[in-house]
Amino acid sequence: MIKTAPTENAVTAPRVIGAVTSRIKGSGPFFWILPAALCVVVIFGYSIVDLVQQSFKYQGAWVGLDNFRLVLTDPLFHIAIFHNFLLLFTVPILAILSFLCAVLLFETRRGMKFYRSAVFLPYILPIPVVGVVFGQLLQLNGALNSALRALGFHSLALDWLGDPGQALWTMSAIIIWKEVGFGTILILARLISLPLETLEAARIDGAGFFRLHLKITLPQLKPVILFYIINEAIVMVSWVFNYVYVMTNGQGGPGNATVVSELYIYRSAFQNKSPELAATAALLLLLATLVFIVGFLKIQKNSNSGNSHE
Amino acid sequence: MITGSLKTQEQFLKSPWSIPTHLSFGGYKAAWNDQFPTWFRNSLLVTLVAVALTVIMAATAAWGFSHWKWKGRDSVLGILISLMVVPPVVLLIPLFTLGARLGWISTFRMLILVYVGLMLPFSIYLLTNFFRAIPASLMEAAEIDGASDIRTFTAIVLPLSGPPLITLAVVNLLWAWNELLLALVFLQSDEKKTLMVGITGFQSRYSLSIPTIMAGMTIATIPLVIVYIFGQRYFITGLTAGSVKGE
Repeated sequence: MIKTAPTENAVTAPRVIGAVTSRIKGSGPFFWILPAALCVVVIFGYSIVDLVQQSFKYQGAWVGLDNFRLVLTDPLFHIAIFHNFLLLFTVPILAILSFLCAVLLFETRRGMKFYRSAVFLPYILPIPVVGVVFGQLLQLNGALNSALRALGFHSLALDWLGDPGQALWTMSAIIIWKEVGFGTILILARLISLPLETLEAARIDGAGFFRLHLKITLPQLKPVILFYIINEAIVMVSWVFNYVYVMTNGQGGPGNATVVSELYIYRSAFQNKSPELAATAALLLLLATLVFIVGFLKIQKNSNSGNSHE
Repeated sequence: MITGSLKTQEQFLKSPWSIPTHLSFGGYKAAWNDQFPTWFRNSLLVTLVAVALTVIMAATAAWGFSHWKWKGRDSVLGILISLMVVPPVVLLIPLFTLGARLGWISTFRMLILVYVGLMLPFSIYLLTNFFRAIPASLMEAAEIDGASDIRTFTAIVLPLSGPPLITLAVVNLLWAWNELLLALVFLQSDEKKTLMVGITGFQSRYSLSIPTIMAGMTIATIPLVIVYIFGQRYFITGLTAGSVKGE
């Protein structure tokens, strides 16, 4: 018995060594994915677990649903959510504008590249820069109003960012100005890749500009426009912090006229020092975006299967 | 913005829209004499390191996703895609507590780690799609010739992947350079601020000198415009790749 054991080992050992070397040579996927996986798990996995935990606690003690009760009854949270909701109205405007821009660029024979760059430029500009520059232009005595006054439109020279009834709409206009470039590029890229035959056939049959694009182009662009709509909806619900922070010096003012859910979270955590409430609000925001994420995944899947049929 | 930066305050107040008659670089001097050089350097450091790490890690991971078939691979990719749309503000509080526990607040490594984590899902997704399109026969040939996985990757896959790697770098460079919220929270000491955080506070400090503000904004935008001009083609492919595959 004692003698057989070593011989068994001697037989199996080379096999083990062989397996190890072949594993190093044919390293297998996990070795390659590991660094990235670690990073993603720390940033997303840890955070989301910790977020859920924090939202049920107060200063380390378990408080059940108290945080949720506090956040959901906070009038400021309602205001913030309502503002995000209002911002969602920019999404259809963005979709229509981008479609129009894309079609117009598509029909432009000369200088398309130049116009495309011009439409797209705002999208790459840093939001802090955009915010500061517009903030200056739109002051009560800023460049826009002095131009309006010089042209005689005194009644149009509004206090664009200082008037609580006005500030959120001014901000939406700036967001539209910046985001429309993204949609235009997306739709235009798809438009260029469409088969030309149907368009030409319709044109020969005498379809006018509007009919042509409404009946022929638009249906074919549906997936990409839908993708853009969902993408922008996510932006309006959860990525507008930068605009608001920069243009209102981090206050969401005038008054609370431009407080959005992200700013609410930021302020709860870092100005009011109640990270638990911020975590709760963040969790609610995550759940809200989850709805959009599901839609996003569905479109992704559809476009994939659509491509495999082609 | 650029015309505004080249005027003096009096000129600007008199005629904000006109083209400056004689150039005044006072705004630039004032902006540059402030902490602009430090902020600029910080932004450059954080952005370059984060993007380099992301591209390397995403490339190896994408290789792991595309070269081998393993159980649960598609579900993992599905989760990755949905992570692309998780808003950063959701991660802010847990990561801040983590950073505070580690004593990493106001360190570049914390911000870089967060940036890398946030950029990875999109990056892996983009590269996986690309690697899958590389003909399998190339890889098989290499394997028959006895090349290891590492050699197949470095000698065949990477040299073929120039354009998508540049695309990825350009898209991520612009994102990291423009990012405000996380930089604001994780880099709190004044000498560690990035350019975007710097100029946000800059506005209130120089509210009396519009040319200085405009000069600062111009400085902050120049690197982007350079990257954009050289990488426009790649940038557009990168953005559209997220929406409709296989174009």
